[in-house]
Amino acid sequence: MADVGILAATKAAEQPVTALLDSPRGPKPVRRFSRSNIIIYGTLFVVALYYALPLYVMIVTSLKGMPEIRVGNIFAPPLEVTFQPWVKAWQEACTGINCDGLSRGFWNSFQILIPSVILSVAIASVNGYALSMWKFRGSEVFFTLLMIGAFIPYQVMLYPIVIMLREAGLYGSLTGLVLVHVAFGMPINTLLFRNYFASIPEELFKAARVDGAGFWAIFFRIMLPMSLPIFVVALIIQVTGIWNDFLFGVTFTSSPERYPMTVQLNNIVNSVQGVKEYNVNMAATLLTGLVPLVIYFASGKLFVRGIAAGAVKG
Amino acid sequence: MTLLNPSVSIKNLDLSFGAVKVLQNLNLDIGDGEFLVLLGSSGCGKSTLLNVIAGLLEPTDGQIWIKGRNVTWAEPSERGIGMVFQSYALYPQMTVEGNLTFGLRNARVPKAEIAKRVARAAEILQIEPLLKRKPGALSGGQRQRVAIGRALVRDVEVFLFDEPLSNLDAKLRADLRVELKRLHNNLQNTMIYVTHDQVEAMTLADRIAIMKGGKIMQLGTPAEIYGKPQNLYVADFIGSPSMTFFDGTVEGDVIRIPDHDLPLGTYEFAQRPASVRPAIIGIRPEHVMTGDNLRSAPYKAEVIADLVEPMGSDTLVHCAFGGQTMRVRMDGQAQVRAGDRLMIGIDPGAASLFDKETEARL
Repeated sequence: MADVGILAATKAAEQPVTALLDSPRGPKPVRRFSRSNIIIYGTLFVVALYYALPLYVMIVTSLKGMPEIRVGNIFAPPLEVTFQPWVKAWQEACTGINCDGLSRGFWNSFQILIPSVILSVAIASVNGYALSMWKFRGSEVFFTLLMIGAFIPYQVMLYPIVIMLREAGLYGSLTGLVLVHVAFGMPINTLLFRNYFASIPEELFKAARVDGAGFWAIFFRIMLPMSLPIFVVALIIQVTGIWNDFLFGVTFTSSPERYPMTVQLNNIVNSVQGVKEYNVNMAATLLTGLVPLVIYFASGKLFVRGIAAGAVKG
Repeated sequence: MTLLNPSVSIKNLDLSFGAVKVLQNLNLDIGDGEFLVLLGSSGCGKSTLLNVIAGLLEPTDGQIWIKGRNVTWAEPSERGIGMVFQSYALYPQMTVEGNLTFGLRNARVPKAEIAKRVARAAEILQIEPLLKRKPGALSGGQRQRVAIGRALVRDVEVFLFDEPLSNLDAKLRADLRVELKRLHNNLQNTMIYVTHDQVEAMTLADRIAIMKGGKIMQLGTPAEIYGKPQNLYVADFIGSPSMTFFDGTVEGDVIRIPDHDLPLGTYEFAQRPASVRPAIIGIRPEHVMTGDNLRSAPYKAEVIADLVEPMGSDTLVHCAFGGQTMRVRMDGQAQVRAGDRLMIGIDPGAASLFDKETEARL
């Protein structure tokens, strides 16, 4: 048996040698303040600031009174917070002869949005499902034609559509506008759904057919429960697209009573008479942008959850 | 071979995608309760044929008969078939029970009957504890059991399997293979099974149909396919490691290959060539005799081991013979090293002889 003291001494002498031999071992040390990290985070910070600043200015201005705005310091926080501009934008701002604020436009937009989104997503999902799973003779040609539709500029089609709606007796009505939105949302949403359904294994579809499920049974009972993520994506695209639309709204509605919110906002902000009420304009703009914002915030979580649910499919 | 009472019968089947002919004038009768394996490398049309039988693909021409009924235009669900897929294809948002009952609910089978059939299938496949789970929470083997169960509850005449074990690891595959065989023994249903794995084919099949380019190259029992391959393709395809082939000429009762004249006294000719004829002889590694078996060998030669691959149960020796690298399968206990001299014996009676030109068995 060796002397414990000698053993300990040799051990101690060995330590630095083994430490050197062994030195790259375990996790690699992370350098938090490396040059590349500073560049990346610095750039991100500047870009974030660049995007956040206008929003900050808008919120701050909308909460100030006119005298304070005239002082001219747009970055300064309000000395006296007032919600009067918001109330005025919603209830009292005038467009033409109507002086009941943006609320009218809001309800118009709402009445356009709900049926347009439901119809376009419903039709596009069935389109995409049929084009990816039930290929028929000429289905590829059909799909190509639909895609070409996505590349023709809207302006080219405005006048023909006006005539078509007039002949159908729908010009100027919200129904006509809804139809236009549904038609124009079709190419991109069909593409979206087709590609999503094409990624679902074909064998699943075959198994369902062997199990005696038909076109609608497979769609509703097999495909739909698996497609939450793509429905959320389509929903986001359609809601923001239709809500933010200005061109169709101004073209296909005939009277100020039926103007969607965006058109009304434009009329309020661009009115040339009287004093420019910057605070009211800012509040009106924020109010108009609220719906897409809410959709992003609300469905963002749903979106992530949907993707997570899709990730564990069998 | 024509069967009196075929369960599934494929008549003059053609299928082309545009200009590509995937299946050509295919005829096949599958007996009642038979386990038929469609075997071939990828792209040979075996899965396509199965899909046509299932009604998932429309044939360009020809007929499909199941149980004496022409089902060529029938929907998949009306054909009396159940199908199991390679990727399991379980409905991810339904529980195991939902998966099993989906087809029955579509067919509006009474609830009591559904419960009875699910209980029976779950018992046979031992998946009772899994019934309330979603497919995502199952292992690969469990998923495939559920997929088999889905075919089982349909109470069908014919089971179709499309490479059902290919996604499983080797051990599980061997286990489920045995279970499938047992299942077939118990149920006695007609089963058509597509695979590219010849071990699965040999172990499971009553008959094997080897396919290539949309045609059946040979249809026969595993023993026939292995022992008397009808052509060069089948001979090369079946057996692992495969046969070693030697070019030569048949002259009477002798085939001359480079450096050797092998006597054909023990060979059973299918069609004896009338005159001197170029031919190919294929010898399986396991039919080359070594050690004690040498005594009965009609032909002996000395070779030098070139490369040795020990595989545990047996050892594969590569050696130069007749201008080729011949593979010889030896006992796993054999002590051979590269460079060793060894005596080998060849019995042409166990070999296969093919015409050089037509590649058909002689």
